[in-house]
Amino acid sequence: MNMMTKTNDLALLQKVSAFLWAEADLLDGKDYDAWLSLWLTEGFYTLPIGEGDDFDNQLNLCHDNDRMRRDRIQRFQQGFSISSAPPARTVRTVSRFVIDSVEGDTVTVSSAEHVIEDKFGRQRIWGANMKHTLVASGDGFKIRAKVVRLLNSDGMLNSFSYLF
Amino acid sequence: MLQAQEKFSDLDALYSPDAKVATSMYENADLFNEEMERIFKRTWVWVAHDTELNDKGSFKLSNVGLEPVIVVRDRKGDVNVLVNRCRHRAATVCEVKKGKTSSFQCPYHGWGYGLDGSLRGLPYPEQYGEEFDKGAHGLKRLRTESYNGMIFATFNDEIEPLTDFLGPEVCRYIDLFMKQGGGFPVKVLGEHQFSVPMNWKVQLENTTDAYHFPVVHKSFMQSLDGDAEEAFKFLDTGKGYVEDLGNGHSVMVMIPERIDLDENLDDPIEERYLPLVQELREEGYPEDQVKKIVRAVGGAGFNLNLFPNVSFSLAFFRVLTPVNVEQTDIRHIALGMEGGPAAANRMRMRLHEHFQGPMGFGSPDDAEVWERVQRGTKGGEDLPILVNRGLIDETPGALGPRGHISAETGMRAAYKMWKRMMSR
Repeated sequence: MNMMTKTNDLALLQKVSAFLWAEADLLDGKDYDAWLSLWLTEGFYTLPIGEGDDFDNQLNLCHDNDRMRRDRIQRFQQGFSISSAPPARTVRTVSRFVIDSVEGDTVTVSSAEHVIEDKFGRQRIWGANMKHTLVASGDGFKIRAKVVRLLNSDGMLNSFSYLF
Repeated sequence: MLQAQEKFSDLDALYSPDAKVATSMYENADLFNEEMERIFKRTWVWVAHDTELNDKGSFKLSNVGLEPVIVVRDRKGDVNVLVNRCRHRAATVCEVKKGKTSSFQCPYHGWGYGLDGSLRGLPYPEQYGEEFDKGAHGLKRLRTESYNGMIFATFNDEIEPLTDFLGPEVCRYIDLFMKQGGGFPVKVLGEHQFSVPMNWKVQLENTTDAYHFPVVHKSFMQSLDGDAEEAFKFLDTGKGYVEDLGNGHSVMVMIPERIDLDENLDDPIEERYLPLVQELREEGYPEDQVKKIVRAVGGAGFNLNLFPNVSFSLAFFRVLTPVNVEQTDIRHIALGMEGGPAAANRMRMRLHEHFQGPMGFGSPDDAEVWERVQRGTKGGEDLPILVNRGLIDETPGALGPRGHISAETGMRAAYKMWKRMMSR
């Protein structure tokens, strides 16, 4: 990919949007092996609680390095976790993309995510602000960091058998 | 009220002498209302940990049964528990979950209250006449006492002192639990919160239920390294036990060698703690302190369940709040070392995230089976729920019976207290 410099570059916005939509599609489809392959090994997948951003030194809902991401996916897939066998089904939309910064081969992008889950004949809805740090790789990107802030991350939640 | 008393006069039909629980215990709304009156309005209910209120003016919102309360440290350093309701026209005076303030002001007509709940001022008071007694219009204040950092409140002015309610064995186990500060005071690091469609007693039963662990938490066990997985195989080793500690409280000892974290410090260190050992050594902690801190990071070897709403579970506090007969809110409060090494607290938080909360490898499976209990009670109303496991070989403990590690002794302790409170 060519050097990217501008946050108002429509071609870049389109490319980033396509990547995040494709990621959303993998997550709704629970194609977790493909999702894992989107990541750089050193990346962190984080759902913080509240507004803080010192994720290492605060309690989060999850703060997954490579090992934890793989363990989490294995737990979903092996069939021994009653909450994920079967899991809730989800339909999500990702939108409101804003490119926050472009530095060298690294793009940070903010977006909105709505997830509707269905299980036991009951639907729940979750809203979140997301921030991806993406690194150009071949024709696309790899994820270096993904931070998903649920609207009520510091409130009363339910348990999740899927990823945001 | 009288009608309700008659309705539930046969408590033996709800919890039988041979330890069987009636289905209606989980789903009868009238019974739930009775429980809120006879149990949650009359006993000591946990509301906060001392370190959640570090400064003068620090407050948090909490609940005593169904009633919303504010827990706040006043200028003298005393903790007050106040019903979150303006004495004028009932509006809540605080909707911030936690923070720091110098007073509480009602947003409706501006009545202002001090940190001890006293009514300080109100706009245009002359319309109440000269007889108006501000002293009689403070926020409703609950009796409040604490033990080793655990703050409890009660609506019942007649109840025994907190330490008598806890009893000597519970106090001893609380002191042992707090040793996981590793030489530092224990502090709250944060909390996970999730709501589950279940009766509150389904949760009350769970903290001393070792029987479910290898089944419900198989996927968690599989994500552990060898040493850690061994530590959680307490059902196989059979060395642990469950003991009734009186007044509805109970303890489940899973790893007897870890009851007192100051003992057995020369045992080999589990593989997963070796990077932390390295980090602490590099920071210059002496070897005996490294051992003590690392041991403490793993938490205590037991779960202590207090009637009716708080438990000390290995390394965290679990708090239940009844919402309605079929809904209960759960908090898993993460703990660390006040002034301790950041690396140790980081590991505590990662371990907490690993098992607990909405995205843990453990809690979602607990939540699923608890909901399945509630869903299951829609069928077979006449079938009893069994909490009689392990009755066959209980032996006398210090204050109550002690049973096998997988015995339902702790549940029976809770239901005995339930019955005592519901009958008076």
